[in-house]
Amino acid sequence: MDFATIIEILDSAVRLGTPLLLACLAGLFSERAGIFDIGLEGKMLMAAFFSGAVAAVTGNAWLGLLAGVGGSMSLAFVHGLASITFRGNQLISGVAVNFLASGFTVLIAQSWFHQGGRTPQLSGNGRFDPITLPGAEAVKDVPFLGPIYSNLLSGHSILVYVAFAMVPITWWVLFRTRFGLRLRAVGENPESVDTAGISVIRMRYTAVAITGVLAGLGGVYLATGLAAGFVKEMTAGRGYIALAALIFAKWRPVPALGATMLFGLLEAISNRYPNIDLGVVTLPIQFMQAVPYILTVIILAGFIGKAIPPRAGGQPYVKER
Amino acid sequence: MEKTPKWVDVALIPLLNLLIAFVISGIVVLLIGEDPIKAIKVMVSGALGSPYGWGYTLYYATNFIFTGLAVAVAYHASQFNIGGEGQATLGGLGVALVLLAFPWPHWTIALIAAMAGGAIFGAAWAAIPAYLQAKRGSHIVITTIMFNFIGAAVLNYMLVNVLRPRGSMDPATARFGPATHLPTFHDFPLIGQFFSKSVPANVSFFVAILACYLVWVLIWRTKLGFEIRAFGRSETAARYAGISPVKIVMAAMLISGGLAGLMAINNVMGEAHRLVLNSVEGAGFIGIAVALMGRNHPFGVFLAALLFGFLYQGGGELALETTIPRELITVIQALVILFTGAFDNMLRAPIESFFVARANARKEA
Repeated sequence: MDFATIIEILDSAVRLGTPLLLACLAGLFSERAGIFDIGLEGKMLMAAFFSGAVAAVTGNAWLGLLAGVGGSMSLAFVHGLASITFRGNQLISGVAVNFLASGFTVLIAQSWFHQGGRTPQLSGNGRFDPITLPGAEAVKDVPFLGPIYSNLLSGHSILVYVAFAMVPITWWVLFRTRFGLRLRAVGENPESVDTAGISVIRMRYTAVAITGVLAGLGGVYLATGLAAGFVKEMTAGRGYIALAALIFAKWRPVPALGATMLFGLLEAISNRYPNIDLGVVTLPIQFMQAVPYILTVIILAGFIGKAIPPRAGGQPYVKER
Repeated sequence: MEKTPKWVDVALIPLLNLLIAFVISGIVVLLIGEDPIKAIKVMVSGALGSPYGWGYTLYYATNFIFTGLAVAVAYHASQFNIGGEGQATLGGLGVALVLLAFPWPHWTIALIAAMAGGAIFGAAWAAIPAYLQAKRGSHIVITTIMFNFIGAAVLNYMLVNVLRPRGSMDPATARFGPATHLPTFHDFPLIGQFFSKSVPANVSFFVAILACYLVWVLIWRTKLGFEIRAFGRSETAARYAGISPVKIVMAAMLISGGLAGLMAINNVMGEAHRLVLNSVEGAGFIGIAVALMGRNHPFGVFLAALLFGFLYQGGGELALETTIPRELITVIQALVILFTGAFDNMLRAPIESFFVARANARKEA
C-alpha cells in the first residue's frame, strides 16, 4: 500500500467519520444532561431530508441547512416533551422518534417530488462545496507534508471543519463554563442543581436543543456534503454507530473524535477492500461492517475499561419526591 | 390514594392514545394532499374486505403476536428487549438450518424440529445481551440494538458465503422440501373453501395463539412468572425476597428471544419456503408497539397484533391503490409507540386525577 493510497483512505475516513462525529457530540450533550437519546438516527434522517428537499427547491445549501436543523430540532422537542415534561420512558421515545423520521421522510418526499422517496439531485449552490485551504495548490508537490495538507486536510466541505471545531468547543463548554458544570450536574445529580435554584427542566431542554442542532448538522452533511440529495433511509444506521462511539468514548468529547474517526476509517477500509486477506483468515466485508457494534458490546461488557454513563441518565426528574 | 378503575387503565387510555395516533396520521395524510376518509376505506376493504385480505392480515398478525409476546415477557422483568429483530433473524437461520439438514417426511415432525431450531437460535441471540446485563451491568437496550446489527451481518455472511446454492446469485438458501410446507388456511377443512391458495396465513397462527396462552400461564400461574413480575416491580425487594436477579434476567430474556425466534416458522417455513435477506421485515420492531398497545398482557398482545396486521395489509393496499406510500404505516406505528409509551403520562395523569376526585367526592357524599 503506497502513501497516496493511505492518504486517500484517511481522506475518506474523515468524510465518513464527520456525520458520526456530529451525531456523537449531539448525543454527548443530551446524555451528559441525563437524557438518553437513541433517536439520533431519526434526527439525522429528518435533517438529511429537509436539507435535501429545501436545497433542491431553493438551490441554496444554507437554506437547506436551516431547514434540516429545524427538522431535527422538532424531533428533539418531541423527545424533550416525552422525557422531560411527561416523564416518559426515554428509550421508548427514542424508538418512536426513529420510526417517525423513517416514515415521515419518505411520505413527504414522495408527495413533494414523486421520485420514489428521494429528492432531486443537488448541484451547484445546492451543495456545500469543498473548501480549498490557502496554499493547498502551492504545497501539493512537497514530499510527505504536501499531500497531507492538500489532500487530507484541505478540500472538505465547511461542515467537516465545523465538526472538528466542535470537539474543542464542546470540551470547553462542558468543562470550563458554568453552563457546562450545571449541565453535567443535571446528568449526575439533578437534586443538587435544583437545590441551587437552577431549573432542571430548562437545563435539560437546552441540552436536548443543542443535541437537535448538532445531530441536524450531521444529517445536513449527509445530504448536502457527502451525497447530493436525500435518499430513503440514507443514514443507514449511522445514528446507532454514533451511539456506539459515544459509549466507546465514555461520554468525553476528545475520545469521541478518536472513536468516530476510527469507525469512519473502518467504513472507508471496508468500502475499498471488501475482503481483507490476513494470510490465515480472510475477513469478510460483513465482519468489517459489524466491527463497531462488536467493539461497543465488548466495551459495555467492561472488558476494556468500564463505560459508566452519567448517573441520572434515563431517569425523569421529579421535584420534591 | 384511590385507584382508578381497571377498565380505564386497560381499555380507555390505550384507546384514547390510539385515537390520537390515528387523528395525527389523518392530518399527515391531509397535508400530503390525500383524503383520509378514502384512505381508511381503502385500508379496511384491502385488509378485511375479502378472505384474501383477511388471510394476509392474519399472516402478518401471526408475526406480530410472536414478537409482541417477546417484548412483553422481557418487559415484565423490566427488561426492554429491543432486539426482537435480530432474534427473529437468527431464528430464521435456525429454522432454515433445521429444515435443510434432513429430508423431513412430514410437516408435523418438521414443524416441531423447526420450532426448536428457531427458538434455540433466537434465545441464543438474546443470551449474550442477557448475560452481559445480568452479570456485568451492560445496558440491555444498547446491547440488543448492537446485536440487531451484528445479527444482520451474520445472516448476510451466511446467505452470501455459506448457504447460497451453487450457481445462484441470489443471497438466499435453497428451497425447503415440499414435505415441510405448512398447511395454509386454504388446506384446512371447513374454512379452506373461503381462502384462496395464495393466502399465506398458515397453521403457525394457531401456534401463536397457543403461545399467547402459554405466556399467560407462565406469567400469572407459575412460580417463575411470579418471580419475573416481582423482579420487574422492584429489583431490591425481589433481591431481598431471595430471588436471584441473574436467574430472572436470563430466564426472561431467553424466553423472550425464543419467542422472537419462533416467529420464523411463520415467515420462513410457512410463507417463503426458503431463507432470504431481511425476511423479518421490521416485525421485531413492531413487536414493541404491539406490546405497548397490549399492555404486556397476552390477550392485549393478540388484539394489538391483529390491529397491526390490519394496518400492515391495509397499508400495502393503500400503496397499490393510492399515491400514499406504505411508509404511512411506519408513521402510525411511531405515533402509537410515542403516545402509548413515551407520552403515556400526558393523558394518564389528568384522567387518573379525574377518577380519584370523583371517587373522593362520592365518598364524602
